[in-house]
Amino acid sequence: MSFITRGFSGRSRERDDRLPPGQTLVHDFPVLSAGPTPDVDTADWEFTIRTESGEHRWSWDEFMALDIEDVSTDIHCVTHWSKLGTSWRGVSLDTLFADVETEQEYVMAHSYGGYTTNIPLDELLDGKAWIAFEFDGEPLDPEHGGPARLLVPALYFWKSAKWVRGLEMMDQDEPGFWEQNGYHLHGDPWKEERYW
Amino acid sequence: MSDAALSVGPTAAGGVRAAPRAGWHVATVAATRRETPNATRLELEVEGWPGNAPGQHLDVRLTAPDGYTATRSYSIASSGPSRRVVLAIDKLPDGEVSPFLVDEVRAGDLLEVHGPLGAYFVWRPAASGADPRPVQLIAGGSGVVPLYAIAQAHADADDPSAFRLLYSVRTPADVYFADELHGLVAASAPFRLDLVYTRSTPDGWPLQAGRITREALEVAVIPAAERPLVYVCGSTGFVERVADWLVELGHDARSIRTERYGGT
Repeated sequence: MSFITRGFSGRSRERDDRLPPGQTLVHDFPVLSAGPTPDVDTADWEFTIRTESGEHRWSWDEFMALDIEDVSTDIHCVTHWSKLGTSWRGVSLDTLFADVETEQEYVMAHSYGGYTTNIPLDELLDGKAWIAFEFDGEPLDPEHGGPARLLVPALYFWKSAKWVRGLEMMDQDEPGFWEQNGYHLHGDPWKEERYW
Repeated sequence: MSDAALSVGPTAAGGVRAAPRAGWHVATVAATRRETPNATRLELEVEGWPGNAPGQHLDVRLTAPDGYTATRSYSIASSGPSRRVVLAIDKLPDGEVSPFLVDEVRAGDLLEVHGPLGAYFVWRPAASGADPRPVQLIAGGSGVVPLYAIAQAHADADDPSAFRLLYSVRTPADVYFADELHGLVAASAPFRLDLVYTRSTPDGWPLQAGRITREALEVAVIPAAERPLVYVCGSTGFVERVADWLVELGHDARSIRTERYGGT
């Protein structure tokens, strides 16, 4: 139903193929959070993966002893901004799931502060997701999810849960926090899966 | 919402309330007026709009003759079943969309809008029989837009609970919805407005212009012991600062809802 807006020419024609539809390139790093930024000390931090058969748990020191990867990726926020070629360091979910046996196919990510978001497991494995603790060569700022956040660049960025503390396996897909509050269950930016 | 078409989103353990479903709509600009030296109020008549809750937002999509599009989100200053939707848009210095909406758009123009959006940063009256909860609104600059919608809805609902707005703004001329807010103060509704001026104050104002401090925040907001629901909206820096102070002052983090506007 799109129509031309009278008098609008727009500013930029440097349309970048890396930008999904409806996205605008930004150079700062906007913040989207539903509440206050939690204050999480790495001395108390732990990360767990809970399955039908038990729990896997890492302290900060154990986590930092795992294989750490450099990640360069584009990120897309549902509020219409994208950043291209961002640099992160973190631990691949493939590493964290190496010794995890599960038949369950869906994941609920849980964060310090109570935030949750749902993601199918196959969209977290095979080099598609990390637990990231550095952005642009610096420890991740608390307002951007430090000490560590999930990084799932193929989905809108609300899926990359800030202040992540664990993943809970589920038999079926269930909506997390924003998914219960108007955002799409899946969130593929190339299909503009923004809202339900 | 009498004549609104309602549908229900996915049901979840937390319980999702019935909400109007978001969709694309054609909006006709019914009226424009200067809101502040830097902002314009747009009244839209939106075909097929299902109504919206106070605090929700919508996306505006502009299309250039060559097909280039630009989409931005704006908070809605109105609520209820009406198809008349009010926006108040701040002109960002390097913006692509906001200067167009503030300076170029005139009555009769058509805009594409998508909404209503967001189901968390909203206020709803207490269910009948339930105790209404006090509400503290905290706005920085144009962040007042969704909070004004909430304050007006609260007054319209005749809710007897404490309801306050702490509003940080640069100068007296920069106050959005000034007449409406002072009208809410003058009405019998239990509404209190605390203004903080960061650049210049009205003549005879008892305080110096300056950023809000933690001490001033503590004096102005409903105490944590009264368990208010707190809505904070403004720039990221403002929201981060205020939300951190609220937690330090004993407010439950789960009772603090935040919305930030970015730089584009």
